[in-house]
Amino acid sequence: MGVPIKVTVNGRQYEAEVDPRMLLVHFLRDVLDLTGTHVGCDTSSCGACTVILNGKAVKSCTLLAVQADGAEILTVEGLEQNGKLHPIQEGFREEHGLQCGFCTPGMIMTAYDLLQRNPNPSEAEIRHALEGNFCRCTGYQNIVKAIQYAAAKMSS
Amino acid sequence: MFPASFDYRVAESIDEAISLYQSADGEARYLAGGHSLIPAMKLRLARPSRLIDIRPIEQLRYIRVGDDGAVHIGSLTTHAEIAASNVVAQHAPLLAQAAKVIGDVQVRNMGTIGGSLAHNDPGADYPAAVLALEATITVQGPNGTRHIAATDFLKDMYETALEPGEIIVDVAVPSYSGWKSTYVKFFHPASRYAVVGVAILANAVGNQVQDIRIAYNGVASCAFRDTAAENALKGKAATDATIAEAANAALNGVDVLSDHFASAEFRKHIGRVYLKRALQELFAG
Repeated sequence: MGVPIKVTVNGRQYEAEVDPRMLLVHFLRDVLDLTGTHVGCDTSSCGACTVILNGKAVKSCTLLAVQADGAEILTVEGLEQNGKLHPIQEGFREEHGLQCGFCTPGMIMTAYDLLQRNPNPSEAEIRHALEGNFCRCTGYQNIVKAIQYAAAKMSS
Repeated sequence: MFPASFDYRVAESIDEAISLYQSADGEARYLAGGHSLIPAMKLRLARPSRLIDIRPIEQLRYIRVGDDGAVHIGSLTTHAEIAASNVVAQHAPLLAQAAKVIGDVQVRNMGTIGGSLAHNDPGADYPAAVLALEATITVQGPNGTRHIAATDFLKDMYETALEPGEIIVDVAVPSYSGWKSTYVKFFHPASRYAVVGVAILANAVGNQVQDIRIAYNGVASCAFRDTAAENALKGKAATDATIAEAANAALNGVDVLSDHFASAEFRKHIGRVYLKRALQELFAG
């Protein structure tokens, strides 16, 4: 039995009927075809599925799509504007913040949440904010640098 | 992974939620932030036939000082809101100290105090804090409203005093302005649950301890107050000797959890070491 929902994703409105048990991440990936948001551990630990829901970072594998009814969602696809990368995306490129790239969309969205609350985070604050995002390649060092790059660029 | 099928309903008020519960065929569950229930449903450890989404009930989302002088927290208040609250920081910082280390940023943005207490996971962080703070949990259900002391509310692993159909509506914490407190925790590195968590709340003048409460979560099937450790310090000066005495007295006779991540022996050792370090830090300055 489908439940009607209305959501705004990356500024665009969508209406759909979803099975109540459908997770938000599957709605984004399989219904809206926004496959930038990844499914990693699927157990609320790794953060690869992080999106911004009504201004706050959440794990979309631990949310039902029906819970997002009426919400505004930002995914990694919504960051780039007119062909220009968001400073956080640019930071990941410039500072070599990724190797395989699997965790990157979640890292970027968590960084987005952090820089929104705290435009000038210390290194310790960046590391603390990334507690819920796992990277198995880079060892985090360059991810931290990428976020520092973005913070500097966004405040200049 | 996704949950088994269920009938999804949205409640706009507490009364509507309770009536949706009563009209359900089979097992109904209330959905708050969903950060305990949805993972359990994905693993099919929970298979409710009806899910009642109570998150739209705005009246359950507040932090305020009541006429009784206690801090009242609505059950749908998120961990992030509690961690950032000036009211909590002033009157019951211990609760914010626990909220700040729950899960991670994303979990704290969704998870609620009511949901966490109703789930009563042995590795959750609020249970030790509410026991030390002697909080009162107010629930509402088909038979009216009940006020339950935290110690009576938290019964055992995933077990609480909630009766079928009851919803946690309020958590009341007396004001402890001027008391010292801390919450220290040994994190599970992936889940961020507490392998060991210890909450300490002390009323002291300098090093002279007038009253102290020490509570553990993560260690046993349910959070508990460690009165033997408390008695080693109550009415005494906190010195290296009495702190060591408290740490040695802690966790005696407790049936300590053992799992593939931490053996009972390891948990007990960490529990005592963390208590000792936390007490040293608390009474250092």
